[in-house]
Formats: sequence, C-alpha cells, structure tokens
Amino acid sequence: MASKQRRLAGRTGSYALLTLLAFIVGFPLYIIFAGSLMSLKEITSVPPSLFPMHPIWSTFRDAFVGGNLGQYLAVSFFQSGIIVVGQVLTSILAAFAFAYIQFPWKRTIFVAMLATSMIPFEVTVTANLQTVAALGWSETMQGLVVPFLATGFGIFLLRQAFLQIPKEMHEAAVIDGYSSWKFMWRVAVPLARPSIAALAVFSFLGAWNQYLWPLLETGSNKNIQTIQMGIRGVGGQVSTANVSLAAAAIAVAPLLILLVFFQKHLVRSLTAGAVK
Amino acid sequence: MAKRTTSLPTAGVGVFRTKRDRRIGLALTLPSLALFLLFTYYPFFKNFQLALYRAAPFPTLPNKFVGPSQFFSIFSDAQFWDSVRSTVIFVGLVVPIGVFLGLLMAVAAHQRLKGIRVYRTIFSSTVVSSAAVAAVVFSTLLSPVSGYLPSIGIHAPDITSSATWAMPMVAIVSAWQFVGLAFIILTAGLQSLPDDLLEASRVDGASSWTRFWRIILPLLSPTVFFTLIVGVIYGLQSFGQIDIMIGTQNSTFTHTNVLIYAIYRFIHVSADPGMAASYSIALFFITLVVTLIQFRILEKRVHYGQ
Repeated sequence: MASKQRRLAGRTGSYALLTLLAFIVGFPLYIIFAGSLMSLKEITSVPPSLFPMHPIWSTFRDAFVGGNLGQYLAVSFFQSGIIVVGQVLTSILAAFAFAYIQFPWKRTIFVAMLATSMIPFEVTVTANLQTVAALGWSETMQGLVVPFLATGFGIFLLRQAFLQIPKEMHEAAVIDGYSSWKFMWRVAVPLARPSIAALAVFSFLGAWNQYLWPLLETGSNKNIQTIQMGIRGVGGQVSTANVSLAAAAIAVAPLLILLVFFQKHLVRSLTAGAVK
Repeated sequence: MAKRTTSLPTAGVGVFRTKRDRRIGLALTLPSLALFLLFTYYPFFKNFQLALYRAAPFPTLPNKFVGPSQFFSIFSDAQFWDSVRSTVIFVGLVVPIGVFLGLLMAVAAHQRLKGIRVYRTIFSSTVVSSAAVAAVVFSTLLSPVSGYLPSIGIHAPDITSSATWAMPMVAIVSAWQFVGLAFIILTAGLQSLPDDLLEASRVDGASSWTRFWRIILPLLSPTVFFTLIVGVIYGLQSFGQIDIMIGTQNSTFTHTNVLIYAIYRFIHVSADPGMAASYSIALFFITLVVTLIQFRILEKRVHYGQ
C-alpha cells in the first residue's frame, strides 16, 4: 500500500517536472502562434495576454500582403528543395563509390571529404562571395544554392548505411551480373532508404534556416530572398509584433510539420556520430 | 550497445573492381569533390591570401599588399580581443544553460509514462526554430514595453540600449534554440545505456538524486561531453539572433560583437576582405581546437567504452 502511494507520488512529481520543463521550453513557440492571433492592442497590453481572447486572422493577411511572405515562401521552398535533392544525389553517388567500388586515391579522397566538416562555412564566406561574384552569380539563385550541393556529413551517413547491407546481397548481385550502377539504384539505394530520408530531412532543416549566406549573397535582389530574410525585414518591432509573429509562425510551420511526422528520421541524423 | 562502426575508411568492401568500375568509382565522387574544392578548400586557403592585403580607402582603388603583418596585427588590436571576449562570454552562457536544461529534460523524459511522446516532441521542438524566428519571438517576449518579463518581476531595459543586458539576452535566445538539439543527443545517449543497470538501481531504492549523480551522469558523461562540444560549435556560429535583435546601428554592438559578427561587419559594413579573412582564420583555429578536443574524447570513449 505504502509503495503504491509512493509510486503514485513519484509519478505525479514526474508529470509536474515534465510539465514545468515543457512550459519553459515550449512557451516561446506557443507565443509565436498565440501572439499571431492577437490584435496589436491585446499583445501589447499590460500585463500581457497569454491567450488570444478575440482571435484575428488579419495578421496573416498583413504578413502575406504587406510583408510579401508568399514570395519569400516560394523562394525558400525552391532553394531548400534544390539543396535537398542536390545533397542527396551527390551523397548517394560518392557514398556508394566509397562503400562498394575499388578505385585509385579512394582513401585520400574520402578523408578529404570528411575533413570538410572541420571547416565551418562561416570561415569560407568572405572568399566564397568573391568566387560567386567571379562566376557571375552574385545575387542569383545559382549563387544561393550551388555552394551547398555537397555535404561531407551526408556522404559519411550514407556510406555507413550502404556498408550495413548484408554481404549476401552484393554477392548475389555480382553473380547475377549486376553492374555497379544497376546494383546502386536497384539494391543499395532502396535498402538505405531510412538513412536517405534522414539526410533529406536534415538537409531541408539546414537549408530552410540558413541565414548568413542568403543575407550576404542575395544582396538587393528581392526576388531571391528567402523566408528568413523576409522575417528579418518585418523584424521584431513592437509596433508590428503580431504581424511579425504571424510571419514567424509561417516560417516555422513547415519545419514543425516535418518534426511531428519525421521525428525518427530527424533524430537519426542529428545523433549520427553522437552515440555509437 | 549498438555495433560500433569506425569513422576511418577501411579498405572497403570493394565488390566492384574491374577496370571499368575503377573509372566509375572515381567519376561518382567527382560532383562532390568538385564542389568541395571550389566552395570549401579554395576559399579556405584563399583566406590566407586575402589576409595579406589591406583594403583601399576607396572601393575603386586596388587593395594594397601588406604581407602577414595585417594578420598578426589583430592580436595587438583591442577590438579583436573584445570580440574574443564577447565570443567566450556568449558561448559560456549558451552552452551551460543549453546542456543543463537539455540534460534535465532528457532524464525527466527517460521513463515510461503515458503521453511521454508529447513531452519529447515539445522538448525537441526548438531544434526547428531558425535564428530569425527565435529572434522575433524573443523580441516580443523581452520587450520592456509589451513583453512578459515585467509581469514576472524582471524589469530589464531595452536590450538594444543596454550593454549590460544585451549579451545575456541574445545568449538566452541561442540557448533556447540549442536546448532541443541537446535534448535529442542526450536522449539518444540515455537510450543506449544498459537498461538493467538503471532498473537495478531503482529496485535498490536509490533516490532519484543519488541515481542521477552516482549512476546516470557517470555513464552518460561521454555523451554530455559530446553535447558540450556541439554546443560550443553551435555558439561560435550563432549570428542571426544578434543581427536581428541588436543590429549594427545600435551602440551596444561592441558588447555583442562576437567573432562571426565582426566578420560580417568587415564584409558588409566596412568592405574589408583582408580583415574579414584574418578574423576567419582566427575563428577557424578556435573551432579546430574545439574539434580536436572532441576527437580526443571520442577516442578515449572507444578505449573505455566497452
């Protein structure tokens, strides 16, 4: 009896702690959505309102019409889409070669590719701006996406996945006379699907949230500015707090959907290399 | 424990080894290789060349060759050390807050309870927030006019006009963003621990406090170290929050002028690629030292892990 009570008390304590933590961490995210439905008067009231008593939707219209969010969103989907497809493709090709093909300088090239993760992109920004300008890509979509079409992390992740394919599979493939190309697309890639999905989700998250490069590369060309630049434009002024929050809500919504539906894949990519 | 895989290239399976395959193998790596050479290695080494030139007073004039003196001059420049100090303070705030909260959440959520998945999703959620999104919502929350701080008894001034408050405020924003990642990594670490050990200590009647300090934390320490390193690298790259919440036009920027922000100002405001490159080289070496520490720890773990 006593132990039962103790367990009940323990469970109540657990829930109390969990709820407190969820409140601390989740509150800003909650306010993005709650605040975006409040009138300016409600959101700037003292003490501040915690719940939209008279939800309004005109903030979203203002964000789309006044803030031109529709275009920023379209650019972001396009830019992130290209980066995801590019990273997945280049990673599949290179990772497959490292996993299954014997070729000259294999080890050197592999090490050189992994070593790229030791050079943060921020360190190369200055010279990359000059390279992009020399290619005639300043303030263009090519300049925005091409530098990000390869990833050392992706190659590492997919190579691990390819190496886990059972030996019998490639022995059988060789006996059946599969070429390396056919084996890659018919056997290896389908079997590595979970890791490929993990890479895709991870790339999308990174591309969508890019800030420094779009800020410097897109310059004054409004036609290729991403959603993050759009939010930067509406800013954090109090005078438009509710519209800014509506813009933030629109920017974060696709990723929240991604988190809810592909949590397993996201966790898989974020923890690759963390625990093994 | 999951099967350990080495990060070093093994001889490889090398199933395909005909002459034609050898050509294909090389060709398959070419797209990535070309991109890395052009957008990672070339600009990396270009920094060392750029650092040799001083920006001309007018953009139309060519930059002047001054040799390595410019790079070494940053070490006797007060502005550089201000940036380093700001960076250290910033990272020193973001990492402990992020890892502590992440650890608390990971341990609290590591149990079988109804609805735990909902909590886990909430705890992970900040990982999807961009710097810009975080900056906008925290600008609202922390606003001295309409924010939520006064109602919990904190009367902070506007951060764009207060040097004292600017740094901790932007650090809180970054820490919040980092908490989700810390939680995800630490949870994966917890889940890889042997269940029977944790279970046995529970049966033995050890209090949660003792269990945490005597059993969970020592077992989890490699993952905690890993999270710390990820946090430092994360902190070194935090830029958007400072850009949106403080901005170059505000007088406080010297207090939040972390290295990455200083690089941005050299590129964007003063059009001085030489100095930007010099700071980039410094930032690279700081990151390198942190990464090497990480490798050392990972190596140790391989030795003691089993």
